Formats: sequence, C-alpha cells, structure tokens
Amino acid sequence: MPLITTPNLESPDDFYEALIAAHERLGEAESHALNARLVLLLANHVGRLDVLREALAAARAGAVETPGS
Amino acid sequence: MQLNELAGRKGEAVDYQKLVFDYQPSADQAAPAPVRRPVAVIGAGPVGLSLAIDLAQRGVPVVVLDNDSTLSTGSRAICFAKRTLEIFDRLGCGDRMVAQGVSWNVGKVFLRDEEVYRFDLLPEAGHERPAFINLQQYVVEGHLVDRARALPLVDLRWRNEVVATEPHADHVVLTIATPDGDYRLEAEHVVACDGSRSALRRQLGLESQGRTFRDRFLIADVRMTHDAPAERWFWFDPAFHPNQSVLLHRQPEGVWRIDFQLGWDADPEHEKKPENILPRVKALLAHSPTLKDAPFTLEWASVYTFSCQRMARFRHGRVLFAGDAAHGVSPFGARGANSGIQDADNLGWKLAAVLAGRAPDALLDTYASEREAAADENIRHSTRSTDFITPKSAASRLFRDAVLALARTHPFARTLVNSGRLSTATTLHGSPLNTPDADAFDGAMVPGAAAADARVTRADGRDDWLLRQLGPGFTALVSAAGSTVDVLRGLDLTLLAIAPQGASMPGALVDRDGDVARRYDLRPGGVVLLRPDGHVCARWRRAMRGRVREAMARALGTPQGVSTCP
Repeated sequence: MPLITTPNLESPDDFYEALIAAHERLGEAESHALNARLVLLLANHVGRLDVLREALAAARAGAVETPGS
Repeated sequence: MQLNELAGRKGEAVDYQKLVFDYQPSADQAAPAPVRRPVAVIGAGPVGLSLAIDLAQRGVPVVVLDNDSTLSTGSRAICFAKRTLEIFDRLGCGDRMVAQGVSWNVGKVFLRDEEVYRFDLLPEAGHERPAFINLQQYVVEGHLVDRARALPLVDLRWRNEVVATEPHADHVVLTIATPDGDYRLEAEHVVACDGSRSALRRQLGLESQGRTFRDRFLIADVRMTHDAPAERWFWFDPAFHPNQSVLLHRQPEGVWRIDFQLGWDADPEHEKKPENILPRVKALLAHSPTLKDAPFTLEWASVYTFSCQRMARFRHGRVLFAGDAAHGVSPFGARGANSGIQDADNLGWKLAAVLAGRAPDALLDTYASEREAAADENIRHSTRSTDFITPKSAASRLFRDAVLALARTHPFARTLVNSGRLSTATTLHGSPLNTPDADAFDGAMVPGAAAADARVTRADGRDDWLLRQLGPGFTALVSAAGSTVDVLRGLDLTLLAIAPQGASMPGALVDRDGDVARRYDLRPGGVVLLRPDGHVCARWRRAMRGRVREAMARALGTPQGVSTCP
C-alpha cells in the first residue's frame, strides 16, 4: 500500500481548522512539542514502515538544509 | 600468587580483585631461536580467556599473553547475557558464575517518578539460563582463569607485553617484553583480544572507526544493605538527577551499580572525586522510601565517554581481532563483553578445524564476515539507544521528549522508549556457512540462529537441558520417530534423537514439554543441524545422509560436495 497523496481527508477544512485550533495559546516550544506528539500518534496509526518512509521522504523533499548543521 | 594456589583455595571465598598472578619465565624465552606455537591469544580478559579455553578443549595448545598480572580493575562489565552463559557452560564454568551472579529478566523504565515501560527479557519457561546475570568482570575473569588452569594446553603468561608484531604469510612473529627482558615468539595464528586500545591494532597501523558520543557518564559501584528485586531500573529525568538519565543494577554481595549521565560539559576529574559522588548517591537513595538514609560505601567509580566503532575488517592475514579490539559500543544494552564472547565462540571451532586440516583457511574469513555483521547489528542497536538517551539535535530531543510524554498514557509509545536494547544472540543471517532452507519452517531457529534451549529427559530417565547434550563438533537434532536416526548413523556428528512428549524410545531424549518440537519446528522425519558453536546451519523436513554431509562440508567452508567426513 503506497502513501496516499491524492485527496483522502474526510473534511479538509474542518481538519485544518482543528489543527490550527490545537495550537492556540501555545508558545513556539509547546507547539513544536505538540507537533512531535501528533506525528508519533499518527505514525502509530499508519503502522506500516514502508508507508511511513514514503511520508518522511515526501516531507523531506521540500526541506532546505542549513549549512553546517 | 600462582595458578595452582588458586586451585587450593576452592571452597573459600576468593577475592578476585586482589589476586596478583606471578610472572613465571617460560622455556620459550631461553630458546636459541623463536619457538613456533599454533595460536597466541593477546589479552587475558573475558574474550581472550574464553577463546583460550575453547581452543584447549578442542585439543589446540594456546599461549595467552597478558601485559598485566591482575584481573580487571573495578567491576566494568557486569551484565552477562543468556547466550554468554550458555557459552560459559560449554567452556565448563557457567554453573559457578550463575551460582554467584544475580539473575534477572525484568527491566523497568521510569520517567521522573513514574514507571512508563517494563520489559521481560525471558517471558517463557523452558530455558536453563536467565536472560542475564550481573557479576563483576573480575569475578568472571577469575572463574575463567580458574578453568583455564585446569587445562594443560593453556599456557597463560602474565606480564608478557607484546611490543612488536611482524606479520608473515604463514605466521606472525611477536616481540614480547617481560621482567626478564624481551623474547620473540612465532605463532601460526594470533588473536588480538587486547581491548579497545588494542596495542596490536596500533602496531599493525590499523584503526577502529566510528562515532564518539559527546556525553559523559559516571559509574559508581556502592555497597549497601538493601533488599530490592533484581531488576534493571532506568530513569529519564528523575527528580534526584534532573534532565539526565540514571541506571541502577544489582550486583552480588550487596553491591549496586549506579550509572549517572553527566552531560558533555562535566569535568571528569571533578566528578570522579568521592566527595562529589557521595551527594549524587545520597540524592538517589533519599528519593526511595526504603533506601532513605541507608548506609553505603563507595566500591569503585569511573567517569567515561564512549564510541560506537569497529575495524573495517576483523581478519588481517594471520592476525584476527576479537572483542573490544575489533568493535566498541555504548554500555546501554550490555553488548560489549557479550558480543566479544560470541566472537570467541565463533572463532574457537574454526581455528581448531583449520589447524587440524579439517577445513580450509578460508573458514577463518567467515569468522570475520559473521562477526563483522554481528558488530554492525550491535552498533546499530547501541547507536539507536544512545541517540534516545543522549539526543544530539534539537529535533531528536523534541521527539525523545514527545515519546516519553506519550508513554505515560499511550501503550504504543512505550515500545519507542529506548533505554538500551539488551544483548541477545546474533542470528548469522546470510552466512555462507548456512545451507538455505529448501522446505518451509516456522519459528526462530532459522539457519544462523543460536540454538534455543529446552527441557529434556535423558535416556537414563534424568531431567536435563537440551544445550547440555550438544557435542563438541556438529550435532544433529533428529526426530526419533521413523528411520531418520539410522539414516544418519556413522556421520561425524553427535546424533540426538528427540522422542515426542510422553513417548519413550531407547537412547532418545524425551521432549518433556514439547519445546524442542515447537522451538525448532521439528516434526517426524526432520533434522536440524547445529555447528560446533551451537548455531543452526541447516534443517530439513526429511533427513538424507548426503544432504547432511554436504551441509557439514559447507559449514566447514569446504567446496560444495567435497566432504571430509565419512
């Protein structure tokens, strides 16, 4: 089963609103921590390593490396 | 003290830490020309001693050269794994170590004061040995020295320091410094078991490469009276040592190992001072309702850093590297000494077979390839644990903390908590010595796996353990039902006929609890072939004499179809 990148969200706008709302009144560090917990929860839900690797590669594709890091 | 005096002290407690072995000149030192020996082992640590005992048991004379005259200073390695104990059993000294050691199977991980994860390393019955014993390294070495003493083929030379190594095509010339001056010795094979700062490695201009972790740890061994369960306890961010980790282990005779993470900026000289160690220990004790105000004394302390590294190749002609000389890991996972002893276990029978002309020199290449792969596995586990315990980037720290936070309430996150994945026997997947399966099997006993134990009832009616029945060479586990046993009779192997639960057949081992059948997926007509080091190398649903001979030849590194066995 490959990573689904075609529309699959039940209700995209509701999800997005909920995602932003989840971060309300959080400082930057707390927001990062929330995102990290969220990634782990969703990763467990997906379960399959090959799908997760695909997702990691897709997410990494847009990243620009910082020199020296 | 002489080795024979050690023998005279049986029955009374030996303080192995205080033993000093006398230097005794060898006749080789006075020889007009260098004497040639089949094998020289450099270093009388756990790895070198295990190898020497194994070789001697296989009839190979072995010289062991050690630059010192004492056993290890301080406890150092304390966790000896099930597989190691099974190897010590084969070497004839497992019982004494297990009797003296603290057996344990359970580990607990705490976040602050809360238990977030618990593991049982041996969740099933039917194994003679526990997942681990804790025993000070010098005690283990003491038992190994004592065992070596009983073997006339082991020539143990203290205060013999190898100062130069000169490799040749078919032998190695060693220059050895002693209190009586230097002498030269030739060895057909040299095995360097001389530790992480291996002198032999340096003398040959070789390196062990990898990652050094930017963190420091304090080991404090303290003696105190406290009756807590024998378990491994690991804290992340405990109140008594905030923002760092702490590991607590029980050793014999009321000694406890405490390992405090200090951070990279800690000053080792400052931290090593007893006046700075005692408050840390007191803080830990004060944290526990039962240990509060317990009196204790400091036995040994050390501040260390570590690297995960290995040599690119473990074989360099007639020089082979084993243990810390060849590879290094972090202490989390107890994969240092345990993997080194598996190195010795892998090499002993191969060296003996090559020296006896029963196997080609190329068999020694498989020591290197099998144990290099094992080192990679150990380094991979160790690196992952270390990255979790000591996150090296902001993102790594973020996810580590997220895992710990989720672990309190979400069971899935507990599987990600990594305080060390503890040493298990390495399965030699993909080894050229394995005969790939031609039939379908279930279970963990794939070609390359270390043989699993099981309860059996011997032909004389007494209960025993399967691993105790293995022979010194190849062993075939054969279903006693049918004619399989007769098909394999007369081959150069130990034939163990396994009768099913409840049955009784002449000369057979009874599979008392059905564990042999279950663990090996052994059914009527089937055969499992074990190498001399107890690793599975082939298995079949139907035994055929020719196939078994071919598999033995393959496991000895001989060209296919050319068996040296009858």
